[in-house]
Amino acid sequence: MNADVRAIVHDGLVVTRRNLLRMKRVPDVVVFAAIQPLMFVLLFAYVFGSAIKVPGISYREFLMAGVFTQTVAFGSASTSVGLAEDLQRGIIERFRSLPMSRAAVLIGRTSADLLNNLVVTIVLIGTGLLVGWRMRSGLFDAASGFVLLLVFAYAMSWISAFIGLSVRSVEVAQSAGFIWLFPVTFVSNAFVPTAGMPTGLRKIAEWNPISAVTTALRKLFGNTNDQIAPMNRWPERHAIALAVMWCVLILVTFVPLSVRRYRVAATR
Amino acid sequence: MPAIVTEGVVKTFGKVRALDGLDLEVDEGTVLGLLGPNGAGKTTALRVLTTLLKPDSGRVSVAGIDALARPDEVRRVIGVSGQHAAIDEYLTGRENLVMFAELYQLPRHKARARADELLEQFALEEAADRPVRGYSGGMRRRLDLAGAIVSRPKVLFLDEPTTGLDPRSRNDLWSVIDDLVHLGTTVLLTTQYLEEADELAHQIVVVDHGKAIERGTSDQLKARVGGESLRVVLAQLNQLDAAVAILRRITTDPSNFVVDARLRSINLPVGGIDALTEAVSRFRAADIELLDIALQRPSLDDVFLALTGHTADHGAAQ
Ligand SMILES: Nc1ncnc2c1ncn2[C@@H]1O[C@H](COP(=O)(O)OP(=O)(O)OP(=O)(O)O)[C@@H](O)[C@H]1O
Ligand SMILES: [Mg+2]
Repeated sequence: MNADVRAIVHDGLVVTRRNLLRMKRVPDVVVFAAIQPLMFVLLFAYVFGSAIKVPGISYREFLMAGVFTQTVAFGSASTSVGLAEDLQRGIIERFRSLPMSRAAVLIGRTSADLLNNLVVTIVLIGTGLLVGWRMRSGLFDAASGFVLLLVFAYAMSWISAFIGLSVRSVEVAQSAGFIWLFPVTFVSNAFVPTAGMPTGLRKIAEWNPISAVTTALRKLFGNTNDQIAPMNRWPERHAIALAVMWCVLILVTFVPLSVRRYRVAATR
Repeated sequence: MPAIVTEGVVKTFGKVRALDGLDLEVDEGTVLGLLGPNGAGKTTALRVLTTLLKPDSGRVSVAGIDALARPDEVRRVIGVSGQHAAIDEYLTGRENLVMFAELYQLPRHKARARADELLEQFALEEAADRPVRGYSGGMRRRLDLAGAIVSRPKVLFLDEPTTGLDPRSRNDLWSVIDDLVHLGTTVLLTTQYLEEADELAHQIVVVDHGKAIERGTSDQLKARVGGESLRVVLAQLNQLDAAVAILRRITTDPSNFVVDARLRSINLPVGGIDALTEAVSRFRAADIELLDIALQRPSLDDVFLALTGHTADHGAAQ
């Protein structure tokens, strides 16, 4: 391994461990991160689920992929809060004076948040199974689905990192990190099929990365059919490839942007 | 060889010229005290020197390394403790130190050993395994300083290191810094207390509005300010002339007497504590009754008054 990469991995691990220790000391963060998606599963399954009809499949089976995707998207927003807090407390300034890799603080933050997302995902799997969701695919497909979900979660954390380093206070990070996720996650096929949406909105929803990941998960979990994801439409047919492309695109855009932000963030 | 050099460093924030052509030179193994009021540019100077801030212009070198061209190399040889303690609240004191040591690229077992050593040195062993959230201000400050010397840096930067410490912790800290200097560390510290600069610094640079307005040893500076003075308040006004006559024999500078008949007070420059005992015994011999007598040390305000003709206008440095 080349020396630079080794330094990034080493420093990244040190910072990850620090963030995990924090989570251990304040476990409420993880608990509350799990409560929200839990509520969503129950609300959608029992309240909206009775009114929403999807063709050829029970709503709960349709729903879970959407909830998984939305949950990790929201879960990644904690990255911006964590970084804004470190910035405000002068920790980032301190880190910047150390002979450590520039990307390490961001890697440490996003990795810890990924683990947080993993815990929440596991809680969600349990809840889903309880309300009647089933995976109808093979083990390999299902596993690939969760890997894709976590890669997406990690990519979203980097957008969040960029936001956290750009805002001027923790309070702003708390709202700025989340607000944009409401339209992004709801103008999608996560909770309802896009077929009924007005054309303009539908087009956006179809190409939305949330939709791509959701559709890809439905496919990999065997929670879909030809009526929900018609094979004659490109984004549906190539959902898995599209989802992977989105993750790559987000990462290659926001990793360098965030690292650059980090360099200047504490100098204001 | 000087360990720290800045030449004509300028840094502006919008309209504020935080640094306005700052020149510094610190010899290896010595302590430089940067003395100045709020807003003078002390913190900004430290942030430039510790590679956190790029100046608009000027030259900066630390431990012989060009800090603007090769900041990464500078970070390897410096230690920094900022004006506000920057440590992780949720981690214990020990965890914080081990983390810093590891980020200075010490292997894990050495990082642990170093943390133990520092916890002992800074009298933090008892609290070592409690989260920092529960630490007092002084304990945080000490932990922060311990973090700054984890790697036994060649050059150490301390921004108001003893602000918020009780007198005992302050003395402890001063002796830690002394020890480091004896081992060859170069220290640049900022302070608002002349006393601290006096105690620790070989050289003092007074900054105001981003510029060095005076530099020298603490003795040289005090000489310019007038050093210590004696303030005498008499019980009876009719003894004033007799008292002045006695004090003329004690003062270091008879031309600098300030006599206030209304307050029955006399202020005069003196050489030190001996002047006070001498004055007391002479007054007693001459049967002159005193209400009050005190030795006064020059304060930062006196330095400013003497050097700039204006007092340290706190916080207003536009
Ligand atoms: N990041 C910043 N943005 C805008 N102005 C700044 C910034 N940092 C410092 N300044 C301004 O630069 C000037 C010098 O500030 P600096 O913090 O260096 O002073 P200081 O000598 O450390 O003061 P203190 O004793 O209060 O710590 C001040 O007028 C301050 O308002
Ligand atoms: Mg300051």
